[in-house]
Amino acid sequence: MTGKESRVRSALLAAGRAFVLSFASIVGSVTLFVLAVTSIAFVLLGVGLVTTPWVLEAVRAHANQRRLLAATWSDVRIPVPYRHFPQDLRTGFTGQVERTTLMLKDPATWRDLRWLLTDMTAGYVLLTLSFGLLAYPVEGLVLAAGLWRVFEDSTYWYGFVPVGDQWTGLAAAALGIAIFHVGLWASRPLLRLHFVLARSALAPAPQQELALRIDRLTETRHEAVDTAASELRRIERDLHDGAQARLVAMGMSLGTIEALVEKDPAQAKKLLAAARASSAEALTELRDLVRGIHPPVLAERGLGDAVRALAMRMPVESEVGVELTGRAGAPVESAAYFAVSETLTNVVKHADADRVWVDVHHAEGMLRISVTDNGRGGAAVGAGSGLSGIERRLGTFDGVLAVSSPAGGPTMVTMEIPCALS
Amino acid sequence: MRVVLAEDLFLLRDGLVRMLEAYDFEIAAAVETGPELTRALAELEPDVAVVDVRLPPSHTDEGLQCALTARRSRPGLPVLVLSQHVEQLYARELLADGDGGIGYLLKDRVFDADQFIDAVRRVAAGGTAMDPQVISQLLSRRAQDKPMGGLTPREREVMELVAQGRSNGAIASQLVITERAVAKHTSNIFGKLDLPPSDDDNRRVLAVLAYLDRG
Repeated sequence: MTGKESRVRSALLAAGRAFVLSFASIVGSVTLFVLAVTSIAFVLLGVGLVTTPWVLEAVRAHANQRRLLAATWSDVRIPVPYRHFPQDLRTGFTGQVERTTLMLKDPATWRDLRWLLTDMTAGYVLLTLSFGLLAYPVEGLVLAAGLWRVFEDSTYWYGFVPVGDQWTGLAAAALGIAIFHVGLWASRPLLRLHFVLARSALAPAPQQELALRIDRLTETRHEAVDTAASELRRIERDLHDGAQARLVAMGMSLGTIEALVEKDPAQAKKLLAAARASSAEALTELRDLVRGIHPPVLAERGLGDAVRALAMRMPVESEVGVELTGRAGAPVESAAYFAVSETLTNVVKHADADRVWVDVHHAEGMLRISVTDNGRGGAAVGAGSGLSGIERRLGTFDGVLAVSSPAGGPTMVTMEIPCALS
Repeated sequence: MRVVLAEDLFLLRDGLVRMLEAYDFEIAAAVETGPELTRALAELEPDVAVVDVRLPPSHTDEGLQCALTARRSRPGLPVLVLSQHVEQLYARELLADGDGGIGYLLKDRVFDADQFIDAVRRVAAGGTAMDPQVISQLLSRRAQDKPMGGLTPREREVMELVAQGRSNGAIASQLVITERAVAKHTSNIFGKLDLPPSDDDNRRVLAVLAYLDRG
């Protein structure tokens, strides 16, 4: 009984969703298609240069909405294939023109437009069927209940049943019930079919997917090279101004001591003490530098203990949970470590938190790390924030970063890096 | 006193051997790798082991692991661990068995021969020698906590030295105060931290660390 009930409920739910979606499909898609085509045509007149990005953004939003619904309602995943705009895009009219050109060059734009056409036709028909099969039977029942009287003089066709008297009215009801049963069975698959159709229109072709992948790889490679270069510069500067300078000073002191040791032993002793202090400072600086390049705990113990050691250095209360069955590759470990380190630094600097939880685990080929604090929230990935730096770092490994930080907290930063453990 | 020394860098190993011999220690063995260390600790039964954390062949924390394993089969075996960096994580692991006879110092500390030798002797006698950096990390982390905040600056100074494993006499001479004053400070500190007073160096450090660990 409950199985049947839930089937009816889920069929009705699908029908309701299809009903709502049908408006988006017919009204939204038709309007956007007309606007887009007009706007693109007006590019020749100049006006379109300004309007096209707005209209196409709306089309993308419309398509993204459908992608989201496909994933949440029918578990159909449609990839998002749009190319990213370069970060140094100009503002104002020139920027808008550039944007138009970039968007018109993006094959995804043309796929979107083609999808609008299928959506307003075949897509719409599928949606109508999905809810119609459950709505139409209502009319059959109403006819049987007495509406047939209205059609006593002229015949009314309900499906293939000519309704004219009580008997044919009952036949209409029977047909309605039959259709209803078909509807119960078909409305969910039909809704799903609608999304599958959308996927076939929207998903990028394999070649295009490759092109997107290459774009992404080029971008992350540039970032990785830039990061590595600036790291090397920083290390060079630190060594030059720090340990190297101290060793020079020490060498000089030792030279002077050599000259003084017989003439003025007291002075030589003083210089020796200074040289020793210099060497201790050089060691401290080198130690800090090493920690910044590749923390010794990470090399000795791996990610789990390195994160534990890091959390112990935090001025706020911390709890660390680690579930790792082996060690990830050294570059991944290092990236993950510095991502956690940076996130924790952010927590201390901005979150005003008094507790932080770090969780590290590996499942299904993904290293997942979450850092949660009970601070004031309001953190966002954006230009200049430390979080976008972490995102870039992880990008080199196809890793991603997500931030959930409502105002008032708590803040949760989640990182995922695909990798295997050894 | 017989010492087993494990250090993979020749210069440092050689220097340590010279220094220890100069202070009348007998070098039972000076080894390079983890497996050699394990064998030496099992066969030679030294009075104290001086061990570098990172040793070949794995170049991870092999020295630390060997020392911990050896202490499991021979509880209380005095071990002084040397490292290029100090971590609270390691300090806690070393102290976890509560048997004492543990030292954990930065390699820099060998610059000051007198202090270093003092630390070796303290560890060999079953006491504790914690690097000031470990202690200051722990203390700064707890700086905002109420019980720690209740300490006067002088008590805090004493507390740091207590946590390093120094005796009252050593603390008195370092701070240029009388031993009686030190004893008064320590009993005040233990009172403020709700710790039972004790004269035993090692138990004092363990109590302090246990308190700090309680978080």
